[in-house]
Amino acid sequence: MFGWEFPPHILGGLGTASYGLTKGMHNNGDMEITFVIPKPHGDEEKGFANIVGANCTPVAWRDVDYDYVNGRIGKVMDPNLYFNLRDHIYADFNYMRLNDLGCIEFSGRYPDNILEEINNYSIVAGVIARTIPCDVIHSHDWLTYPAGIHAKNVTGKPLVIHVHATDFDRSRGNVNPTVFAIEKDGMENADHIITVSNLTRRTVIEKYGISPDKVTTVHNAVIPLSDDLLNLPRREKDDKVITFLGRITMQKGPEYFVEAAAKVLQKNKHVRFVMAGSGDMMDAMIELAAKRNIADRFHFTGFLRGRQVYEMLADSDVYVMPSVSEPFGISPLEAMEMGVPSIISKQSGCAEILSNVIKTDYWDIDAMADAMHALVSYPGLHDFLKVQGVEEIHGITWEKAGKKVIDIYRQVINR
Amino acid sequence: MRSVCFYFHIHQPFRLKRYRFFDIGNDHYYFDDFTNDDIITRLAETSYIPMCDTLLDMIRTSNGGFKCAIGLSGTAVEQMQLYVPELIDRLKALADTGCVEFLSGTYAHSLSSLESPEEFRREVYKHDEMIRNLFGKTPETFANTELIYDDDIAGEVLSMGFRNCITVGAKHIMGWKSPNYLYQAETAPDLRLLITNDKLADDVARNFNNPSWPAYPLTADKYMDWIAAFPEQEQIVNLYFPMDVFGSFLPANTGIFQFMKALPQFAAERGIRFVTPSEAVSMLKPVGMLSVPYPISDVDEARDVSAWKGNTLQNEALGKLYAVAERVSLCDDRQLKQDWEYLQSSDHFFYMSTKNMADGASHAAFSPYDSPFSAFTNYMNVLADFLVRVEEQYPDGIDNEELNSLLLTIRNQAAEITSLNKEVKSLRSSINPDDEDLPDVKPAPAKKRATKKAPAKKTASKKETP
Repeated sequence: MFGWEFPPHILGGLGTASYGLTKGMHNNGDMEITFVIPKPHGDEEKGFANIVGANCTPVAWRDVDYDYVNGRIGKVMDPNLYFNLRDHIYADFNYMRLNDLGCIEFSGRYPDNILEEINNYSIVAGVIARTIPCDVIHSHDWLTYPAGIHAKNVTGKPLVIHVHATDFDRSRGNVNPTVFAIEKDGMENADHIITVSNLTRRTVIEKYGISPDKVTTVHNAVIPLSDDLLNLPRREKDDKVITFLGRITMQKGPEYFVEAAAKVLQKNKHVRFVMAGSGDMMDAMIELAAKRNIADRFHFTGFLRGRQVYEMLADSDVYVMPSVSEPFGISPLEAMEMGVPSIISKQSGCAEILSNVIKTDYWDIDAMADAMHALVSYPGLHDFLKVQGVEEIHGITWEKAGKKVIDIYRQVINR
Repeated sequence: MRSVCFYFHIHQPFRLKRYRFFDIGNDHYYFDDFTNDDIITRLAETSYIPMCDTLLDMIRTSNGGFKCAIGLSGTAVEQMQLYVPELIDRLKALADTGCVEFLSGTYAHSLSSLESPEEFRREVYKHDEMIRNLFGKTPETFANTELIYDDDIAGEVLSMGFRNCITVGAKHIMGWKSPNYLYQAETAPDLRLLITNDKLADDVARNFNNPSWPAYPLTADKYMDWIAAFPEQEQIVNLYFPMDVFGSFLPANTGIFQFMKALPQFAAERGIRFVTPSEAVSMLKPVGMLSVPYPISDVDEARDVSAWKGNTLQNEALGKLYAVAERVSLCDDRQLKQDWEYLQSSDHFFYMSTKNMADGASHAAFSPYDSPFSAFTNYMNVLADFLVRVEEQYPDGIDNEELNSLLLTIRNQAAEITSLNKEVKSLRSSINPDDEDLPDVKPAPAKKRATKKAPAKKTASKKETP
């Protein structure tokens, strides 16, 4: 498997989904998984997958001894694997900028030179594919499609790509041609394509011109939260809190949240709105809130990480995800698991599998405001969604998703 | 001799328009006139009118041999009066044949029988009043909203003066017993219970148009054979249908109307006759008691009231609504009372049901909303506005009993004033007999001023008298 992010060092939903799926597949048994990521930190959970760091994989020969390697990368990867990989270098990459171990450095993030990193990642994939035997290659999201294709060419094994998002979602239609080309190339070379929702499946079929019979939807699931997080103290407060949580970007539709908030506050003063997260539209949103004259009841927290996210949810009465286009959207599931009723846009993938949420069109500010008002004013609705929501989430497990992926593997192997 | 009794029911609620929370306090009109008009007009054209014509035809060709019962909800009748008055004419024509018995029921097709006995009583009286005005007959047989029934309701129904009641043959109540007999209510033995035969009714309503059903196609011949084949002692078969089954759920091109028209002839061949419910009760002897501790109904597989009271949403909405029942009955704002009636329709709560939510069952099919949550939200917004209006009538701080006594005093005061007025008059006439006719004299325009003074004088003198 080729991935880009892996918990605990994650930047978006991709890492969580990759982790959950891998673990779910492992729990289905009888499977060895090698998971390649650009830059492991050593604190990743190992038990269920063999994690290989692209930045620990040599692409040029360096004469180093065991102890030296152990000292350098021992906490991330087994040194023996390093030597094994070193035996499978397939070309001379000395012209590149390499470190003392003959490895390429990766940021593991989304830097400006992301295209270069993607290319480097696929060079490394060549070494790994030659070293570690496999039956199926699985690439998560466009960053790793070139690596997947490379590995497929080296090994001749079937390639499954996992579409967590497309550039159409990220850009509201103004796609970056380079990204589009990489995505389309990946899809065309793949033996099978997994999408995280029917919404994404349609995009893949319609916008990328892929034959429907090789695209299957496997909905994401949610990793059960620890009791520690579920039992976070909930503060007693007079005002109800309605929360938006996510990157404040065009894709997430933050302006609709602000507009709906303004409508609610016209009628009901005992509500506070929180916009948690950061992003390129944050300043515009602060300005919009001020313009609507609701800044006294509309709060910005900035970027929340790790535990802060759950503390925020524990303090919320309603969670809102007004995404304009959301391939899946895992955060409402987490909110529901925390017992926070959610309002989600019909344009998000998770709307396909959730029933105990309120769904509105992202542009229908009236409907969204109405739903917010109902959830803070009518306790019957709030209680119902709280109780049923938790119940529903417990039925959505990664094991089931993993089982579906394994079935797809069987199909492509036997073809 | 075996008898068959058909019941047809017509109900339409006043559906609510999309009502957002920012309309609360600003907009006091709640109903979606366009949809209501559209639905009842369409149903009248495809179903109600052709069905009434079919029934009329059946009665005429059989020379009054075909009989049946029809139940109408008040909200449906109001919509007919507004949008399809020709349907009322058909119903009157049916009433004039003397072969159709009109049933009693709740005015708004509501759940008041479960929530508020006083309101239940009021609704039934209002409903029967309406039937009397329309058809000149007082209903004798009671059929509750979707045949909801339990032991408590039996007592209520009997105390309202009904001797006959229709309810549903729920499996968990009937057990081994056959529905084709007359029963007594255990808590109110004077109340006779007619039990619907669900199986035979479903054979028409669900299977008539279902080619995968083993007995497909259903013919009048076959149907009457089945009825004729019951054991000798089973004397009555009660068949209950919402009238829109005919023509709407089973479109005319399935041949359903022809099926109905053929029934009397085949029934006559087998010595089966048609009766109205009150005839059936007068002919038959009850064979046993039925005890129904928990309410049953004609709706959903469970045959209980969970279709309307199955989740916290429905219970909150119902609780909030019936909490002001007494308040509304105390006030005399006609518009408010009318809205109160319409808001009680059970349909509003039916739309909020979350049963089988994922696979969208019959609840979704009838609902004008896209989810039970939006049904709830919309209803609660309307209710919030309604409650504000109720509160405007009488301040919230006074409790109902206090309010009641205050209102009583006000009403008594009126009576007291009139009696005192009389006294004044009589006293005055005894003092000055010429004055007696003064208020009745029509003064000439010139004397206007003088006459205006007269009542003032009168009030002054009134103050002196006590």
